Order: sequence, then structure tokens, then C-alpha cells
Amino acid sequence: MTNTDRIKQSLAKRYKRERRFQWYGRAAVFAGFAFLVVLMLDIFTKAYPAFFIHYVKLDVAYTAEALDLEEGATEFDNANFRGATRDAIYALFPEVSKRKDKRDLAKLFSSEAEFQVRNRLLNNPSLFGSTTSVWVLLDDDVDSYLQSGSKTARLNETQLAHVQTLQDAGRIERRFNTVFFSTGDSREPEIAGVLGATMGSIFTVTVCLLVAFPIGVLAAVYLEEFAPQNRWVDLIEININNLAAVPSIVFGLLGLAVFINFFGMPRSAPVVGGLVLALMTLPTIIISSRSAIKAVPPSIREAALGVGASKMQTVFQHVVPLAMPGILTGTIIGMAQALGETAPLLMIGMVAFIVDIPQGFTDSATVLPIQIYLWADSPERTFVAKTSAAIVVLLAFLVCMNALAVFLRKKFEKNW
Amino acid sequence: MAEKPDMHQALGETVGDIFVDNPKMSTRNTNVFYGEKQAIHNVSLDFGKNSVVALIGPSGCGKSTFLRCLNRMNDTIPICRVEGDLKLDDEDIYAKDMDPVLLRARVGMVFQKPNPFPKSIYDNVAYGARLHGLARTRAELDEIVVSSLQRAGLFEEVKDRLQSPGTGLSGGQQQRLCIARTIAVSPEVILMDEPASALDPIATAIIEELIDELRSKYTIAIVTHSMQQAARVSQRTAYFHMGRLVEVGETNQIFTNPQHELTENYITGRFG
Repeated sequence: MTNTDRIKQSLAKRYKRERRFQWYGRAAVFAGFAFLVVLMLDIFTKAYPAFFIHYVKLDVAYTAEALDLEEGATEFDNANFRGATRDAIYALFPEVSKRKDKRDLAKLFSSEAEFQVRNRLLNNPSLFGSTTSVWVLLDDDVDSYLQSGSKTARLNETQLAHVQTLQDAGRIERRFNTVFFSTGDSREPEIAGVLGATMGSIFTVTVCLLVAFPIGVLAAVYLEEFAPQNRWVDLIEININNLAAVPSIVFGLLGLAVFINFFGMPRSAPVVGGLVLALMTLPTIIISSRSAIKAVPPSIREAALGVGASKMQTVFQHVVPLAMPGILTGTIIGMAQALGETAPLLMIGMVAFIVDIPQGFTDSATVLPIQIYLWADSPERTFVAKTSAAIVVLLAFLVCMNALAVFLRKKFEKNW
Repeated sequence: MAEKPDMHQALGETVGDIFVDNPKMSTRNTNVFYGEKQAIHNVSLDFGKNSVVALIGPSGCGKSTFLRCLNRMNDTIPICRVEGDLKLDDEDIYAKDMDPVLLRARVGMVFQKPNPFPKSIYDNVAYGARLHGLARTRAELDEIVVSSLQRAGLFEEVKDRLQSPGTGLSGGQQQRLCIARTIAVSPEVILMDEPASALDPIATAIIEELIDELRSKYTIAIVTHSMQQAARVSQRTAYFHMGRLVEVGETNQIFTNPQHELTENYITGRFG
């Protein structure tokens, strides 16, 4: 047997091994991708109903009599819009007369309906004195019945018949759910929206970015370019690496103790949430920035120093710009982490039920992941869809952030 | 192996004349340490005006380390320590009041690997001038850029694409761009650390011609691995061995009639 024969024999074995390994790799990729697809399909199918909502048309009489106002009144402060709304509902079903049946009937409509009736008049006072069609929201039980078509124990046979009557009369319409994107949280599932939590997330992540990015990058630049190489720097480096592995809820406790209890900052505020998340993302940013700075070829530093640039000019005119793509990658990973973080924010009161949409950094707010958590905990069926829809919003938010990061990366990327 | 101990014993005083009249730079008893390890032992050498000094020797002999002492590039290495008397026009380079930034503007450097900034050709050359505020107007800056590129022999090749990236040029062009960048600051001395080692023979020849032209205006010290290059471009040659300056002299004399056994072994190709 010659050497060539031996090699040939072993070659077949080697190639077989390589092919097998490649199949393992493909299987791993496929498994990962399959999980992702299943997850996405599940979320999107569950979320789909939440993006639509049913409206019902009422013929509301905006007359002084229906609104319990004196003849010729011009102010609507004392108007009984609830009464007018109820009257419009009862008018659709003249055969319903018993008190209990009337109550069942009124339950088909959202408690928000009377406010929609009022807003219509306030926005257009000239309607006063006339009878007008107003589209109002249905109760969430009716809405989810209409979405899924399956009967629910929360609606009795008479109520279902009423809904059928309304549908037959063409008074029910399915529309894109703008309410979901324009309101804050609510106990009424049909008017609970994601805008409050989205604004909270935007404010929180903004604070986090504004605090963590400059501090992280400057710390990385100093440690990498200026700091003396000694035991203290080694100690700091070890600590930063360890901090990256600290459970996030610990940062929440720290925030509670330091920012709220010691500095007396407001509870549930995005500014505190942002600071806590900044502490949490700092190690990520510092570590990735340092490795990005380290990866800048030393020849560029020498070139700049060689023509007489000072250390700082070298660092900020050459090293940092070249490291920017890497720094941005690390920052975006940190921000994505911060955006999806729940635990530390629970500790500083951002888990509260907040109806108002936050207007600033110190308003009480909650964030998207906590909103998801709160809705997932709610018993109403509509919240199941809302939970998934909020996840979709969170994912969309993340995709936008990543797209921005990719754009910035491309902008800063240079060849050398 | 048997002859090695003899060589080590032979490492002592430098053979040849280290002095020149009216030197631009002078070094006396230079010692360089990396931590505990001594890389340069007692090197004394003068660099005359408008002449090229070639530093040759086997790898790791300390010639690059010595060159980098001349504009304090070694400052960037924290464990590196330099002792001795190094002067530029009678000013002590390592004096407390000597600013390394100013020194590097006066003593420019060209590196082994072409290292243009990832910017346009124009910005590469203009960088130093902008940095030091050498041009007050845009026209002055243009003038500096053009004349530097001309002196580096690159202008004709790039005049139509000054705004295209410097990293897009060929290796030889990049190295000439780096030379243009260096001379744009009007230094007095140019240090070259194996400027042609990454280039092909044609690009090398162009660089060597360029060095010869630049000599009329600048004092040049060049580290090279190639003895032919040293013979072609330099007036004086210094042979380094194991951190010591073994022999220095007129280039012709070094290559035709070396005095020291180590020098002779090296230039006849017996080692290194």
C-alpha cells in the first residue's frame, strides 16, 4: 500500500466528516430560524385582531331636551351626554322595555361611547339642535366576539341577538384601530392604547442614551488611550467586565436607593428609569467601545503623531472616528437591551397603572415591556391581542433603532 | 557557532567617525530600555545637514528603536525609557521644556507601511498644515498641498483626483503621499523607517530617487534592510548590531572597506 493510497482512504473519511459537520451547522441554523418563524407567526396572528376595532353607528339627538338642557343654552358643561347616548341606544331597540334588559343592552357599548358623543358636539357646536349619526366604540366583549366569531360566556343570547340586529342593519363597521396608537393604558380594554408606554420608552431610552453614550465612550477612550497601564486600571477593567454580568434587578435596587431615596427624584419617572438603564448599559458600551478602539490600526496613530498631532487630536480626529462603527454597534446593543428591560424598572415604580400620556422626562410613565407585562396579566380577552400587539410595537421600535444604527454605521464606515 | 563569542567581545567602541561638522542632530551615549531590557547601548551619532544617513543591521538590532528616539515616537510606549544626550540644533530633545508635538513637526517621520489617513488625498497632505495653522487662507493651503505633492513626485499622477481617498492609491503612491504629508509641515529632519520595504522594485526606485532629491532641503535618516538601498541613497552609513552602533562611516568606505569584522560579515551576506 503506497502513501497515496493511504491518503486517498483517509481523504474519503475526512470529506465525510466535513459534510456531516456542514449538515449539523445547517440544522442548527434551520432550528434557530424555525423558532424565530414560529415565534413571529404566533405573535402576529395573536396581535392581528388588536389592529382592528368595531364601531357602531348611533343616531344621537343633540337637542336641549335629550341633553337635559334649558332651551337656548349655549354651554354644554351640564349636558347629560350619558342620557343622550342611552336614549340613542334604546331608540335602536324600541321593543326592549324591562330595566334589566335595558342594562344588558347598554353593556354592549363601550363606556367611552358617551365621551365620543360629547366630543363630537364640542368639536362641532353647530350640531346642537339636530340629530346626527355618531360612530362609537362597542364594548370589548362584543368586539372580541365580532373578531373571533366564537361565543363567549360574557354575552347572553339576547345580547348576541342584539349584536346580530345591529350588524344586519349595517350599523357595525370594522375599522383600523387608531385608538390603540393614540391612547394610554385603560381599564377598558377597547380604549387601552400603547402610546403612553411608547412615549415612556422613548423618554427613558433617550435619557439612557444621553447619559450612557458620552460617559461610556469617554471612559473607553480614557482607559484605552490615556490611562497608565497599572494595577488600578486592571482592577477597573475587571470590575467593568463583572458589572456587565450583574443581574439587572440589582441596578433597579441601586436606582431606588440612590436616585429616589437619597436624591429624592420622582418615582415612576423616565428620567430615573433612564439613569438606571444607563448604569446597566454602561459596561456594554465601554467594553465594545474599548475593543473597537483597540481594533484601530496603530499605524494611523503613528501617522497622526508623526506629523505633530497631539495625543488628543490623534484620538479624536482619527481613532474615535475610525472606531465609531464599532462603538455604535455596542451602543445599539446596549440600547436594545435597555429598551427590552423590565426588572430594574419594576423597582423604581415604572410598573404603575398610568393612563395619561407622559409629556416629559419627569412625568409618571411606564415602558413598553412593562405594558406588555401588565396586559399579559389582565383577564379580559381583548388584552391577549393587545399584549401581542404591544410586542409587535416593541419589535417595530427595535427594528427602527437597528435600522438607524445600520445607517449610521454605513455613514461612518471607511476603508483603510 | 564557535565564532560567536568573539563577535560579542568585539562589540565595544564604535569604529569610524561618529562626528560631522555642524550637525543637524546629534546623539551622545544613547541608552534605550524596554522595561528592564536594554535595547540600545551607548550609541553616539551625528546627522549632518542635507545628507542621508542610512541605519543598517540585522533584524532586532535596534536601528528602528534608535530612529524613533529622534522624534520621541518612543514616548507612546509606556515602558520605554530613553537616556543620553539627544540634540536637534543644540536643543535637548528630551528636555522638560521640549514639546514632543513641536518636535515632531520639526522632525517628521515616514513609516514602514504606507499609512495614509482614510481621507482624501488633499486632506491627507493638508492635515499637518491645518493642525499647526500653517496656512491662513484656502489659497495658501492649496499652495502647500500642491507643492508638497510636487516635491513628493506624486502631483502629476493625482492632480485630477485630489478629492478621492488616499487609501485608493497604489502602495508606492501611498508611500509618496505619506512623504508629501510629512514635508507639508516643512520639517527640518525626515526620519524614514524602511520606507520601501513594502513596495515593489519600481516603486522603490521612485522613492529612492525622491530621497535623493529631498536631501537638498532636508536632513534625512533612513532605516533600511536593503544594503543596496543604503549604498544608493545615503552618504553615511551606520551599522547596528545587537543594540550597539558597531561602525559608522562614509557609505562608499563602509561598503568597500569595512573596518569591523561584524560589518564585513553583514555586508558580504554571511549573516543577517
